[in-house]
Amino acid sequence: MTAVVLSAKLGDLDSLTGSEVVIAQNVVFAVIGLAMVAAALRMVTTANVVHAALYLVIILSGAAGLFILLGAEFVAVTQILVYIGAIVVLFLFGIMLTRGSYGTDEDTGQERHKMAALVGVLVLGVTAGSLIDTFRDAELARSAPSSTAEIGDSIFGQYIVPFEAISVLLLAALIGSVVVARRD
Amino acid sequence: MLLNQFLLLSAVLFAIGVYGVLARRNGVLVLMSIELILNAVNINLVAFAAFREAIPGEVFALFVVAVAAAEVGVGLAMVLLLYRNRQNIDLTEIDLMRG
Repeated sequence: MTAVVLSAKLGDLDSLTGSEVVIAQNVVFAVIGLAMVAAALRMVTTANVVHAALYLVIILSGAAGLFILLGAEFVAVTQILVYIGAIVVLFLFGIMLTRGSYGTDEDTGQERHKMAALVGVLVLGVTAGSLIDTFRDAELARSAPSSTAEIGDSIFGQYIVPFEAISVLLLAALIGSVVVARRD
Repeated sequence: MLLNQFLLLSAVLFAIGVYGVLARRNGVLVLMSIELILNAVNINLVAFAAFREAIPGEVFALFVVAVAAAEVGVGLAMVLLLYRNRQNIDLTEIDLMRG
């Protein structure tokens, strides 16, 4: 029964025309993009650090959605596992262990805020200008999602040395953070 | 889909992250803004991987995720040490080496 329903749905998907797929992709992109930008703006301006961590979750999930949209499923799953599963939890522990810092981010130093906003707008202007000038309306190729097997072959074949370097780096970071944070 | 829509979204997120790093005083929030910047870069990498239909972009995005995890671990350990020594994590007060 469910198999029949599923195959009917898949059949529906197959019957979508190219332009319908493009419209759907653009709508999904717009929704995710707006949510990400709004959450990012709230994250850098909110006074509550815990809320900032939760806004970070929205941004990271949005990025995972974009990866799926781009056909990079393995990267999307890794993003959710490592970022939302581990890094955000680490941030929440950091906030918990540095209690008393919750409301310390008051709005003194308007001058610095203005300069930071100026730098941000300049960075955005220069990058956006050069990007629009270079890639005008280059279309993304519509191809099948990249397979995890290909990524595995690539990591453990061509990129085996950087992969081993990353594992040494992670070990060094592990030992380093234990040594730095140890109470003695 | 255009390549540019991903690149421009990524540029906007990058700029917001730069603002966060420069404007905020809370050490944990600065680390979060750095994560935002790294994520913007990751979107760029994956978008170019899709554009060129090449795997290396995605592999490099995975490496960036791993390095970001290591960076957050060490960064939060430093913020923790800071809090233990000074009872706050206001980065504007860390001016020991100011000339």
